[in-house]
Amino acid sequence: MRTKRSTPWLYLGAALAVLAFFLIYPSINTIYLSFFGRNSEKFVGASNYVYAFTNRTMLTALRNNILWVVVFTPLTVFLGLILAVMLDRVKYETTVKFIIFIPMAISFVGASVIWKFVYAYRPPLASQIGLLNAFLGVLHFPPLPWLIKRPWINNLSLIGVGVWVWTGFCMVILSASYKALPRQLLEAARIDGANEWKVFWKVIFPLMMPTITVLITTQLITVLKVFDIVYVMTNGNFGTEVIANRMYKEMFNFRNFGRASTIAVVLLLLVLPMMLINLKRFRERRG
Amino acid sequence: MIKERITRSISRMPLHIIIILIALTWILPTIGILVTSFRFPHDVATSGWWTIFKNLFNSRQYTLENYTTVITQCGIGRAFLNSFIITIPATVLPILIASFAAYAFAWMGFPGRQSLFIILVALLVVPLQMTLIPILRVFNQLGLSGTFPGIWLAHTGYGLPLAVYLLHNSIAGLPGELFDSAEIDGASPTYIFFWLVLPLCLPVIASLAIFQFLWVWNDLLVALVYLGGTPDVAPVTVQVSSLVGSYGQEWELLTAAVFISIIPPLILFFSLQRYFVRGILAGSIKG
Repeated sequence: MRTKRSTPWLYLGAALAVLAFFLIYPSINTIYLSFFGRNSEKFVGASNYVYAFTNRTMLTALRNNILWVVVFTPLTVFLGLILAVMLDRVKYETTVKFIIFIPMAISFVGASVIWKFVYAYRPPLASQIGLLNAFLGVLHFPPLPWLIKRPWINNLSLIGVGVWVWTGFCMVILSASYKALPRQLLEAARIDGANEWKVFWKVIFPLMMPTITVLITTQLITVLKVFDIVYVMTNGNFGTEVIANRMYKEMFNFRNFGRASTIAVVLLLLVLPMMLINLKRFRERRG
Repeated sequence: MIKERITRSISRMPLHIIIILIALTWILPTIGILVTSFRFPHDVATSGWWTIFKNLFNSRQYTLENYTTVITQCGIGRAFLNSFIITIPATVLPILIASFAAYAFAWMGFPGRQSLFIILVALLVVPLQMTLIPILRVFNQLGLSGTFPGIWLAHTGYGLPLAVYLLHNSIAGLPGELFDSAEIDGASPTYIFFWLVLPLCLPVIASLAIFQFLWVWNDLLVALVYLGGTPDVAPVTVQVSSLVGSYGQEWELLTAAVFISIIPPLILFFSLQRYFVRGILAGSIKG
């Protein structure tokens, strides 16, 4: 389009100013601050990084983030895939999809309170008001303190909330991709005598691999930054700390801006591979 | 024939059972808080919410008092209003700024266009934790922390990369002849932007607006950091999470507060599901 040389910059000006001030400048500044002490006055070299990878709570947080990654990511994607394929075969597909998608509209704070109530614990013999412990009671099991029992039960309980929120998202994306598959191909496999199990693993799964890969990267970015659920439900107590919550604590509870910056940089480093994958995909689409 | 049909439906029983179990797992927690928010404190503390089904139509077991309590005494009324005051400008502002920039990126030639756009794609996944400390410091100096304009600007910054990216994709998809013929007719870039580009991109703008609205409405971290938990300006997410701390066992109040906080997103979800799904799909790579 023929325009004056200054015109593009008039259109871009506000956006570039906002991006520079709210994303680019602070990101660079945070990397710089991560090499300084709690008030950003004294240069401390890499000692914040040594802290980030040796402190016990930080190690717990890193371990838990890994746990979130290896449980949350495959579970949401796999459940979403199974639901997409199963629901395609029943008449009440829309209703169930709707139900599973609702949590996406609810805030993590809301979801956390909803599930805190499901996990509510009373000592044995008291009447249980939490759905899960009441259910255990029906089966004659003693009640479980879901959010306190470390190290696995409580972390998995928190991850369960995340799965509840995000499965609907995966299901919607995978369902769209499943419905776009060439039906003749699935029929051909069935006519050749493949059972449903085989059709799923040998035909459907490989064909949907590109969508699944994209979904895994987005889920990884989401899960690495998990904050709200942990902040509201346990605030990282009982060995449920995660990186983002740790950063918030360093910043506001301990007022150590050097360490908080370092933890943010660690988070960035963890997300970096996904950023590179995104850029590569972007270039391929353009190229 | 009939026999075949019966065996077929029996063999499909497991499918239906699995789907219904999953659907129940997804819907029961939300029903639990809805029911609890209408029960009397004593009932909530002594029996599970499902016991209402013994006597579902006995209206004497329901009350609206929890709602009046949380709205007037727990600050949820004020917080609900604050959420709207925060969310509406924080939705309009980034989309407005982004559409100008997206238009320039899509249809104007200027030096550095490609590299600027690649930086934008990279910014999509930068964890916002990277920006919190430097921006908070600047906000403190300018007196913007704890104010609505501060958080409007912050959300504008965080929402901008995705908004520019998506709007660019749809503006770039418009036919070039459209612009050429408009130009031959003597239309200025400003005229083309307001009278051609914006109207044609309305569906994308709608999706984006819904997504940004939800993102801001459901946000906890940004509000915690820049509004500093001041009750006068706190949105519902912050208020609910602080109630979890102070009213941890008073489930009738917590559930009422949560239910109020999820009403606007749920209304949005029920009324604009099509745009909602598209917005969520589109927003899947937000950082």
